[in-house]
Amino acid sequence: MHELSLSSAIVNTAVKHAGERPVSVVVVRIGQLRQVVPDTLDFYFEFVARDTVCEGARLEFELVPALLACAACERQWAVDFPDFRCPTCLEGGVQVITGNEFEVESIDVEEVACTA
Amino acid sequence: MHRVKVRVVEDALDANNTIAHANRHDFNHADVTVVNFMSAPGAGKTTLLERAVTELDGVRVGVLEGDVQGSMDADRLAALHIPVVQLNTDGSFGGECHLDANMVRSAIGALPLDDIDLLVIENVGNLVCPAEFRVGEDARIMVTSVTEGEEKPLKYPLMFRACELVLINKVDLLPHLDFDIEKLIYNIGVVNPDARTILVSAKTGEGIDEWRGWLTELAGQRAASRV
Repeated sequence: MHELSLSSAIVNTAVKHAGERPVSVVVVRIGQLRQVVPDTLDFYFEFVARDTVCEGARLEFELVPALLACAACERQWAVDFPDFRCPTCLEGGVQVITGNEFEVESIDVEEVACTA
Repeated sequence: MHRVKVRVVEDALDANNTIAHANRHDFNHADVTVVNFMSAPGAGKTTLLERAVTELDGVRVGVLEGDVQGSMDADRLAALHIPVVQLNTDGSFGGECHLDANMVRSAIGALPLDDIDLLVIENVGNLVCPAEFRVGEDARIMVTSVTEGEEKPLKYPLMFRACELVLINKVDLLPHLDFDIEKLIYNIGVVNPDARTILVSAKTGEGIDEWRGWLTELAGQRAASRV
């Protein structure tokens, strides 16, 4: 369900940077920890993009794996399961290096060729 | 026509976060500590507030009540003679499932910020979306209840990770349930090792004083930093 709100946020960000130019591709970077389902995001994106410069645009995903680091022992490790304890210290104070991303990376816009 | 790639690299929630910062600025200016209070529907947020907010050791509490529709919860809290402002989210797509910074901003004018020390923003009942949207709060509290299942932290890590405090409610029901409370506490520790947990029962009052202490301390940190 949160994909609806998130797709609105993506469209708003893309529209802001498009400057009224039609958008054909929106590339988003999504961290593994964001609990985003790309297919669902894609579904809502098409709906939310209607009547904006993003209408009909293709949404492309770059998925970013989760990488954590322990503040105490400086160990870094990748996670698939949501375990946020350091495997060495078995405690908290863990920092997320990557995996929290939810960014619009780039957009492709159509520009009218300059005829001057 | 030709195609141009525009590099953006912007957090898609930047717009929300900017407004959240503006809210935070206004709350700071008015010397009000703000808590974002979240849970699944039916976990007991409103009943817990009814229990806790009336005897908060010199801390004057106000509530911003977020619901898709209706003012049932706000009416219950207003009966306690505390300032309550209702915020309904039923404007678009049949009702937003969370509060965002802009919705809270729209309600700031209606809040008696000069007359309160602590504002509790009771979010819409939902374990996913509210975790994504900062609203300008100092701290985030979630309620999970023993009728919801021990695995919830592993299924909704975004929400459990977002909070400084997790209240485990309805513990008065434990004798009647096949619920492994140690397993729930362990799972919260796996997902968010830095979170504090308090066992509470809105029905019997168990743990409510400890929670009151936590809230009073949070509001007191602001007073201390001001001196």
